[in-house]
Amino acid sequence: MPQQFRLILKNVDAAGFTNDIDCYMRNGGYETLKKALAIAPKDLPDGKKMSPQEQLRDDVKLSGLRGRGGAGFSCGLKWSFVDRRSGKPIYLICNADESEPGTFKDRQIIHKDPHQLIEGMIISCFANDVKLAYIYIRGEFPEGARILNRALNEARAKNFLGKNILGSGQDIEIHVHRGAGAYICGEETGLIESLEGKRPYPRIKPPYFPAILGLWMCPTIVNNVETLCHVKHIVQMGAAEYAKLGTPNNTGTRIVSLSGHVKKPGYYEIEVGKVTLGELINHPDFGGGLLDGRKLKAIIPGGSSSKVLKAGEKFKLKKKGPDGKDIEQETDVLDLPYDFDSLMAAGTMSGSSAVIVIDDSADVVEVLANISEFYAHESCGQCTPCREGSLWMSKTLHRLTHGGGRKGDADYLVKIADNIPGGRTICAFGEACSWPVQSFVGKFKEDFVARGAADEAKRGGIDASHSKAVAPVSAT
Amino acid sequence: MSFTVPAKLEAEIDELITHYPADKKRSASLMLLHALQEHFGWLSKDAIEWTATKLGLQPINVFELVTFYPMFRQQPAGKYVIKVCRTLSCALGGSGKLHEHFCTKLGLDAHAHGLQTSKDGKFSVEFVECLASCGTAPVMMCNEEFYEGVSHAKADEILGKCG
Ligand SMILES: Cc1cc2nc3c(=O)[nH]c(=O)nc-3n(C[C@H](O)[C@H](O)[C@H](O)COP(=O)(O)O)c2cc1C
Ligand code: SF4
Ligand code: FES
Repeated sequence: MPQQFRLILKNVDAAGFTNDIDCYMRNGGYETLKKALAIAPKDLPDGKKMSPQEQLRDDVKLSGLRGRGGAGFSCGLKWSFVDRRSGKPIYLICNADESEPGTFKDRQIIHKDPHQLIEGMIISCFANDVKLAYIYIRGEFPEGARILNRALNEARAKNFLGKNILGSGQDIEIHVHRGAGAYICGEETGLIESLEGKRPYPRIKPPYFPAILGLWMCPTIVNNVETLCHVKHIVQMGAAEYAKLGTPNNTGTRIVSLSGHVKKPGYYEIEVGKVTLGELINHPDFGGGLLDGRKLKAIIPGGSSSKVLKAGEKFKLKKKGPDGKDIEQETDVLDLPYDFDSLMAAGTMSGSSAVIVIDDSADVVEVLANISEFYAHESCGQCTPCREGSLWMSKTLHRLTHGGGRKGDADYLVKIADNIPGGRTICAFGEACSWPVQSFVGKFKEDFVARGAADEAKRGGIDASHSKAVAPVSAT
Repeated sequence: MSFTVPAKLEAEIDELITHYPADKKRSASLMLLHALQEHFGWLSKDAIEWTATKLGLQPINVFELVTFYPMFRQQPAGKYVIKVCRTLSCALGGSGKLHEHFCTKLGLDAHAHGLQTSKDGKFSVEFVECLASCGTAPVMMCNEEFYEGVSHAKADEILGKCG
């Protein structure tokens, strides 16, 4: 039986739970922080001592926690890259930009259980010797920013933040920093530039790995809201207990944002890998199926940047056979376990865990045109392939959806998309804007070709449309 | 006309600046611009220069932010700014029609790009990108208020509430 598992969302929407500190503390809030601060140095067999901070970082590594912001990178490993020898201060930034289309999970935590995030952040600060941290929240969450500020004030009043917190000798401060409507601020180095008061132009890596040269050129950790909440639960439960949740290499729980053409869109927390894509869409405890009379056409499995999956697609997934050896098993798209590795094996990604369901009432050409318009608008413009490519893809899709299409547009789109990513750009936005185009046109080519051909037939040829439907930038 | 920031707002701004290390005041730029835009409704050249002086920056350092970040405005907008989400899940949920509905009601062109303001200066309407509430499509904001599952009837109600 697939089911929800509410670890992070335990209090969210619970009857009688309010987002103030008293309610949070009545429900065991900030006990885990006290537990973390009380950890004693551990004696190791070789006579050395392991500090409380090292023990906490070790726990996060052992828990198997992978980042919930998009890339699914090991949180423990990320923390281990932090340059602790530079003598510079170390900063922590909570990425609350939540701007990947389809994603609405961090909003729930921020609005309904902000102290869970703050407790997770304070523990993470302590574990990493961070004295000053920021929550970078998207500008369109003014209410979220107010709620967080109030919660931070409540935490200060109880000395969970500020000087010498709870008599531990630790000084930790957290501030809220608001973005102003640019998607690229979600990319961690763009976010850092933005927090420095500049345009959010992502930085090139190397050398600007945040763990070494981050905020103000100091070592910096950037983690997603949900990731930092998980840290609290890892410390509360113990790493080994936490790692029992989910599946191997895909531990813990994850909040899936489900939207599009399902009966019950919403946020559903699951043990990672214990629920399939099909169950998320069709099971009565989750999406409850498609609208009556509709058929599934496509699924965007991890935010609009992830490659689309087509209804009926089959994948070869590696599984352990009865004798322990790997066997390949043919798996239908709906039977893909919702986790990091299975979706990667299916050629896409779980990204920000935003599932967008598309049924046969939608036209895939229109859908891709909508997605590409987003990327054309949001490219920061530093890299020529991304700036020009995202715009040309969007313009081509615009003409395809406005009567000026051509048969050759499908190939043209893929040609542009193929020339953007793969090390030609500074940041992963290059991939993010190309993957939808490559996958939609690749998997639904006939729809794109037919649309262009119909337009050509209507006009009696290619040329009639040329100057009208797609005005080249330089020609206007 | 000289540009003056009321003492209460300036005190708030001075407090915001303390959130950043003393030699990293530039970091406070976005927070200052938000505070000024909330108060004045838009960011004039004077507001930009005032911010630069406050933070020890060149005006261009602030100007380049105002021109990049979509939320900042260099001209006044209506008293109520309606932002309808344009992105995929909301589009699948009917946000195109919702945007058109607002435009028709307010005498605006549904196909024009960017922010448009009604003749009486009361309302501005614009499309924005994903507002992170895709499960309750279509969604919108009216100034700082957020609304989900907005039917045309609900849209009319929202307009009606704006005094
Ligand atoms: C174009 C782009 C947009 C991104 N947007 C977000 C976002 O809105 N929120 C987020 O947490 N991570 C976002 N990320 C991922 C961040 O760069 C970063 O990997 C993440 O915040 C790390 O946190 P985690 O390890 O806890 O997942 C984005 C990445 C790219 C390339
Ligand atoms: S890939 Fe695109 S978004 Fe990223 S830095 Fe280059 S131009 Fe900017
Ligand atoms: S698509 Fe409209 S809120 Fe995300």
